[in-house]
Amino acid sequence: MMKLYTRRIWINRIGITLSMAAMSLGLIALLWILWTLFSKGFAALNWDMFTQDTPAPGSEGGGLRNAIVGSGLILLFSMLISTPIGILAGIYLAEFGRVSKFASFTRFMTDIMLSAPSIVIGLFVYALFVTTTGGFSGWAGSLSLALIAIPVVVRTTENMLKLVPTSLREAAFAVGAPRWQVSLKVTLRAVKSGVVTGVLLAMARITGETAPLLFTALNNQFFSTNMDKPMGNLPVVIYQFALSPYDNWVNLAWGGALLIAFLVLAVNIGVRVVFRNKDKR
Amino acid sequence: MSEPSATAGIDLHAKQVRKFRLQDRFFHHSTQIFAFVVLAALVGILVSLSIEAWPSLKEFGPSFLWTNVWSVPDDKFGALAAIYGTVTTSVLALLIAVPVSFGIALFLTETCPLWLRRPLGTAIELLAGIPSIVYGIWGLFVFAPLFADHIQPPMQALLGDVPIIGSWFSGPPIGVGILTASIVLALMVIPFIASVMRDVFETVPHVLKESAYGIGCTNWEVVRNVVLPYTRVGVIGGIMLGLGRALGETMAVTFVIGNANRINGSLFAPGTSIASTLANEFGEATPGLHIASLFALGLVLFVITFIVLAISRWLISRSMGSEGL
Repeated sequence: MMKLYTRRIWINRIGITLSMAAMSLGLIALLWILWTLFSKGFAALNWDMFTQDTPAPGSEGGGLRNAIVGSGLILLFSMLISTPIGILAGIYLAEFGRVSKFASFTRFMTDIMLSAPSIVIGLFVYALFVTTTGGFSGWAGSLSLALIAIPVVVRTTENMLKLVPTSLREAAFAVGAPRWQVSLKVTLRAVKSGVVTGVLLAMARITGETAPLLFTALNNQFFSTNMDKPMGNLPVVIYQFALSPYDNWVNLAWGGALLIAFLVLAVNIGVRVVFRNKDKR
Repeated sequence: MSEPSATAGIDLHAKQVRKFRLQDRFFHHSTQIFAFVVLAALVGILVSLSIEAWPSLKEFGPSFLWTNVWSVPDDKFGALAAIYGTVTTSVLALLIAVPVSFGIALFLTETCPLWLRRPLGTAIELLAGIPSIVYGIWGLFVFAPLFADHIQPPMQALLGDVPIIGSWFSGPPIGVGILTASIVLALMVIPFIASVMRDVFETVPHVLKESAYGIGCTNWEVVRNVVLPYTRVGVIGGIMLGLGRALGETMAVTFVIGNANRINGSLFAPGTSIASTLANEFGEATPGLHIASLFALGLVLFVITFIVLAISRWLISRSMGSEGL
């Protein structure tokens, strides 16, 4: 009897210890990556990074100005495309699609799109857009990132709208409001902050996406704000520079990686902190 | 005197109702069109990849899938090496990630002090937020050299002479290769698997767990005999989600897999995956069979991940209801 008891205790201890070890492994990986990023990234950080363009092969110094501006433009337009589409599709799923077969099918496919390989989306935009419009362009980059962002916006909008109590909708219907006014002016407004969160998370998700940009926006060594032409962008610059033999290029890659990771993590943490305060109130 | 104004009021009301009804119909259908965009994108991907891949599919037929050749000068292409690399790295990554994720989910739901739950959970979720290119350069510049100097040689000394599995650890310890890619991939999918596991563990009714604790079960026994059987479907769904992620991951793998388009029995040897072949070659591909074969690779990847993810979502929604992101 006693023997069985001690055995059970020991199995439990081993199990719990292993689970703690797994947890520490996750934390160590996170801290290790962040520490590497900060130590190597900060060493590369200086004003030239924001004021100079990417250097030619073999030349000294240089910065990431064209890539930062290009990334900003591509991100801006992809969010302008994906936000309205995502929110309206989310409204459809939450307000009109609770029981319809089409809606549950769409919901299922959206969930798959959430994790679909981003490089395949790059191939799709290449086949659809790059070959037909005559070349790589900032627009193609924005389009491919928008396709990745849309499912994120759709699902967060829908999940947020589902949290709105039915009584709120009924109250609006009871005073004679049409459905579109109830959706846009009552329920959507009630979950405004949640929807903004979804949009921000979608932005964070696509900020670091590299694979789809390789075949769409390509890269541009020079400063350009022309969305019809290939456009420099941080992820592709990081990819190309990190694998290059030049020290200043590799340094710039680390600096760029720090910028991107900082932005992504700041959004992720900020969203959680804001939401936590909302929960408490 | 009051009659005409009353009918005018009714007319006005009827008009208003008709107007609202029209607007509502318009609103309903326009939002439906936007929902349709997502479906159209999925179908569009399948159709456009098939069209672009057609020359290659016609030339090589189904044997494209099991031919181990990738030669640009000879215009001979087969996907076997890339499929082998993709599947091997993903499966190895899962072998590492699943127990670790299970441990993390167990810790977060059963033994972690309440005040630590939220920060630790967030930390694991942040791992998922780190862009894959950051995993890539970290893997290449920090992890791979360390792996080559301090982990591969002892592994070789320990396991290299064991029959059968010894050959998995043969070859020069150069850091990059199939095993390194698997480890980096494992780190990337842990947060996805762990958060699904945590969420499904939390769906277990407290009454069930408390009755087990009540008859004197240990933490481990509760998880092993109550939580796991109850959440089995969702746990498998989470694992499949991780697999889907790992199969399609591009940048991190491209940095550390070594990019050698061949099959080598050793896990220390460089290899390639579908996604990394695309990332490496697509930009400079010559029009014709080469580019069509790359599209065919993309199609294969899309179909595999689609099936895996569809199973995963089906299992997860079965065990948690339709919510979940």
